[in-house]
Amino acid sequence: MVTSETSVPIQYAAVPMKARIDNEMDTKQEPAMEVRDLSAFYGNFRALRSVTLPVPKQRISAIIGPSGCGKSTLIRCLNRMNELIPGFRVEGEVLFEGKNLYDKKVDAVEVRRRIGMVFQKPNPFPKSNYDNVAFGARINGYEGKLDEIVERALRQAALWEEVKDKLHKSALALSGGQQQRLCIARTLAIEPEVILMDEPCSALDPVATLKIEDLMRELAREYSIVIVTHNMQQAARVADFTAVMMMGEDRAGELIEYGPTNEIFTNPKEKRTEDYITGRFG
Amino acid sequence: MMTSGAFQRRLQIRRVSGVVFAVLCLAATLAGIGALGVLLVTVAGDGLARLSWDFITSYPSRHPEEAGIKAALAGTLWLMAFTALFAVPLGIGAAIYLEEFAPRNWTTRVIETNINNLAGVPSIVYGILGLAVFVRAMDLGRSVLAGSLTMALLILPIIIVAAREGLRSVPQSIRDGSLAVGATRWQTVRFQVLPAALPTMMTGVILALSRAIGETAPLIMLGALLFIPYTPSGPMDRFTVLPIQIFNWVSRPQAEFRENAAAGIIVLLIVLLSMNAVAIILRNWFERKRSW
Repeated sequence: MVTSETSVPIQYAAVPMKARIDNEMDTKQEPAMEVRDLSAFYGNFRALRSVTLPVPKQRISAIIGPSGCGKSTLIRCLNRMNELIPGFRVEGEVLFEGKNLYDKKVDAVEVRRRIGMVFQKPNPFPKSNYDNVAFGARINGYEGKLDEIVERALRQAALWEEVKDKLHKSALALSGGQQQRLCIARTLAIEPEVILMDEPCSALDPVATLKIEDLMRELAREYSIVIVTHNMQQAARVADFTAVMMMGEDRAGELIEYGPTNEIFTNPKEKRTEDYITGRFG
Repeated sequence: MMTSGAFQRRLQIRRVSGVVFAVLCLAATLAGIGALGVLLVTVAGDGLARLSWDFITSYPSRHPEEAGIKAALAGTLWLMAFTALFAVPLGIGAAIYLEEFAPRNWTTRVIETNINNLAGVPSIVYGILGLAVFVRAMDLGRSVLAGSLTMALLILPIIIVAAREGLRSVPQSIRDGSLAVGATRWQTVRFQVLPAALPTMMTGVILALSRAIGETAPLIMLGALLFIPYTPSGPMDRFTVLPIQIFNWVSRPQAEFRENAAAGIIVLLIVLLSMNAVAIILRNWFERKRSW
């Protein structure tokens, strides 16, 4: 985004308030996921300390905080992507439909099928646009017509009009923003319940970023979305709820404040949150 | 403080020493290419006259003008086919395991180190191993099968190293993307990583095979024949290969046989260079198709 890190005060008036649903009611609803007392370790290094956080249903939750505060580690704990890293382990629970994701009986493949993920850098497969979207459906053995699944996912990702004439051309020929929407379509094609987005716009220009943000608001009608961003304005623009993380004394990431986005940005309870969002720190 | 005159003098010396160094490096490059050029010219001069269709389709003979390389060429092709059959699946399988599935622990590190060491073991040692294990213990005789198994062992480490290089060239983000849509690790390897790594892998495989094609020592150790008037008709037949035939001709007293050797070298070089060319073409073709 075209903003200076040091500009104080930041204008948050652009927050689309009408798009927000009554937050009071939200907090009483059953969340889609719940992180409970979660700590994460890379070998001996503690990356997260005792994070407790709900992921409300059909809302956008943003995780913000300075670099190295554990945002990405936390979001990657939500679909067990981290366990591919040697030496990684967690303590605590991540509840999804009342079950702990890290329970021994839970299969990581099933977890990732139902909790999709979009990454920081667009990572389409070096295949055609069609095959990119169809891949998840194919390997998961979906019934139904693949053509329809692909079209529906591409329409949902607001990409259909742009690629319908080049479905069988390489995905690598798309622009960065289109590639990222293709990755979103790829995720939507397997019909997940939660979509995790790890800084999905950090490699994109402002126009592509706005398109993704509009898309996220659209998707939040059906899906529960968690987005990690180091861009506070982005959190302010799209998120219903915001979690602020900081690095502790021992460099372990901690959750310092969580709440409805407008409260976090207009009336933070923690001094550190206020310092961070006003640009005095981080 | 350095005076302006001293600076100018030093600058002159710095420039000259740069030029001298560049000339030395050029000379080093030319020495290698020159030697190769001289070799090619000499071989071509000695052997081109002898090279003909008859030469390729004739069996060896006591009479140099009647002798040909049919048996050796056929033996080389048989040997290569079986070597590839054994070495490629094993090598790629091992590479996939080590790169994609193996836990990063002490055992894996020991295996990796040893594979790298094996790539440096002299080929004659593999010959001794092949003789003891395949020819004697498994009683395969001095056959194409025993020869190709030995050759497969010889190039296995090279294939493993090259295939791992290919797998490592596939960015982690592709694996992440695949796993994130609910693919298993095997599906990720099978449908995303392997297709992307294939060009690099194939290049490595072809280069490893072209190393095997020139190997002589282990096959002599194994007891490949120096003189056979037939082509192998199955994996259990005895055989000879091009380098052995060339070696045999060179060691004959008659000068005419040396012309045969030169012609044989030309055939071997043609086979070898076309394999390398295929490797390069494959790589370029696939690299144009993908980019990330």
